[in-house]
Amino acid sequence: MRKVAVVGTGHTPFTFASEKSSVELFSEAAMDAINESNLKPKDMQALYVGNVLGDFSEGQAMVQSYCADDIGAFHIPATRFEGACASSTLAIRDAFIWVASGFYDVVLAGGVETAAKMGTPLATRTFAMAHDSHYEYPVGLTFPGFFAMLAHLYSSKYGVPLQRLKEQMALVSVQSHRYGVHNRVAQFRKEITVEDALTSFMVCSPLQLYDCCPFSDGAAAVVLASEEKAKQLTDRPVFITGIGQSSSGKLSSQKDYAPRIRAREVSVKQAYDMAGIKPEDVDICELHDCFSIASIIAAESLGFAEYGKGGELWEKGEAKVGGRIPINVSGGLKSKGHPIGATGASQVYEVVHQIRGQVEPERQVEGVKIGLTDTLGGDGVLCNIVLQKGW
Amino acid sequence: MEYKLTFKEFNKALKKGRLLGLKCRDCDKFTCPPKMACQECGSTNLDTAELGGSGKIVTFTVSYVPSEGRDAEVPYTIVMVELDEGPWLMGNLTDMDPNRVTMDIVGRRVQLGSRSKVLPGDAYSIGGKEAEGGFARPTFIFA
Repeated sequence: MRKVAVVGTGHTPFTFASEKSSVELFSEAAMDAINESNLKPKDMQALYVGNVLGDFSEGQAMVQSYCADDIGAFHIPATRFEGACASSTLAIRDAFIWVASGFYDVVLAGGVETAAKMGTPLATRTFAMAHDSHYEYPVGLTFPGFFAMLAHLYSSKYGVPLQRLKEQMALVSVQSHRYGVHNRVAQFRKEITVEDALTSFMVCSPLQLYDCCPFSDGAAAVVLASEEKAKQLTDRPVFITGIGQSSSGKLSSQKDYAPRIRAREVSVKQAYDMAGIKPEDVDICELHDCFSIASIIAAESLGFAEYGKGGELWEKGEAKVGGRIPINVSGGLKSKGHPIGATGASQVYEVVHQIRGQVEPERQVEGVKIGLTDTLGGDGVLCNIVLQKGW
Repeated sequence: MEYKLTFKEFNKALKKGRLLGLKCRDCDKFTCPPKMACQECGSTNLDTAELGGSGKIVTFTVSYVPSEGRDAEVPYTIVMVELDEGPWLMGNLTDMDPNRVTMDIVGRRVQLGSRSKVLPGDAYSIGGKEAEGGFARPTFIFA
């Protein structure tokens, strides 16, 4: 297997309802990635695009083919990846595999979503399509409902009183907003307080408004190239050194593990083992904080805290810039935004820029050599990527 | 390989307050809702079985923000119930005002009601023959 590097990156602002189409948004991110890589659209040998709900938000299926055509990468194989909120991480993982295998030398991968366009009722409905449609949606399960149930389970199973857990959850959101203020692509650029979080309206008990990420529109893309090709293009390649992917069934099928998401533990072990690293080697992590409780649960399964103690990372300031394991200093899904088809590519973009030392000074982590991304789609798709400094 | 217990059969029974599942001939454990393979060991050597519908609440939420077309339902309580036979089943708790529901309900024993509420389905889900007459919602009351 060959080494594979990220040689170009692009990222539109993440926003409330966009005035641009999915094709337009993706093309903007894609052209930025291609230009940064010093290549041309005609050099792209394949396009992998994460997109979940274009059928509903714009009446546009098969967006990948129009994206390829739109940027002038005529007639290349273009494939859409649908893994709910993890779609573009799946796209990048597959792009890695195809380049590593030697079948392609250069692949463009990323994702796009215009979820905010749909408005809250339709977005809530279509997001809930990533739950079991026959056995769990009929009772009224929605995405906040799923994580709300995990939050109550977390409290009772680990003996963390709900009030303390809610305060920890509030600290997660407060930190995300603090960093989002400085991220030029973030949807929310305002600070919030613990009191704001604890007095915001109830969405699904115990999750309140500020425990939840927003609906967002936006796109992100990266160009991946073989090591040999990358050497011709850049003296600062960021290598993908580990990948993992796993799946699981509906929430009731996860009874032996919940509130842990077992698929995450399977996936991240693949990624760590492949990269030959351990959790303590990770300098920065972008994890899937669709809800505040999701950050705490994820941090534990990724190996950054013991089960039941993930919230202490935020209580003790260990997840901040300068802390033991900086987590979501981009603002995360909570503050940066969560256009679901683009989220994984956005995480990779962030880690690459952290490794290159290119993010805003207020949130730049010093000396990043190894970064981890973690993306969860629905209740059952998990994908992790390890990125390492290549110079 | 033919599906042993389909959604259509499960749904039809649940509307009448009967809970069907699968019992594994290899490990003796139960799977509910039904699947092709045993939830515990992955065997496809399964028999249809009727479950008692009793269990205890392991977690819950009260939902205040509805999906499109479900505004009239909020607020409502979703519970995850660990059935006495082992499986977890998601349902609605109907005999407590959702605004009064707290962590105190975790661990409480519940029983499937004699008839289940039914979701008629919507533009995205109503076409399926398997869901004719709507989707039964496991409906629990305190035991």
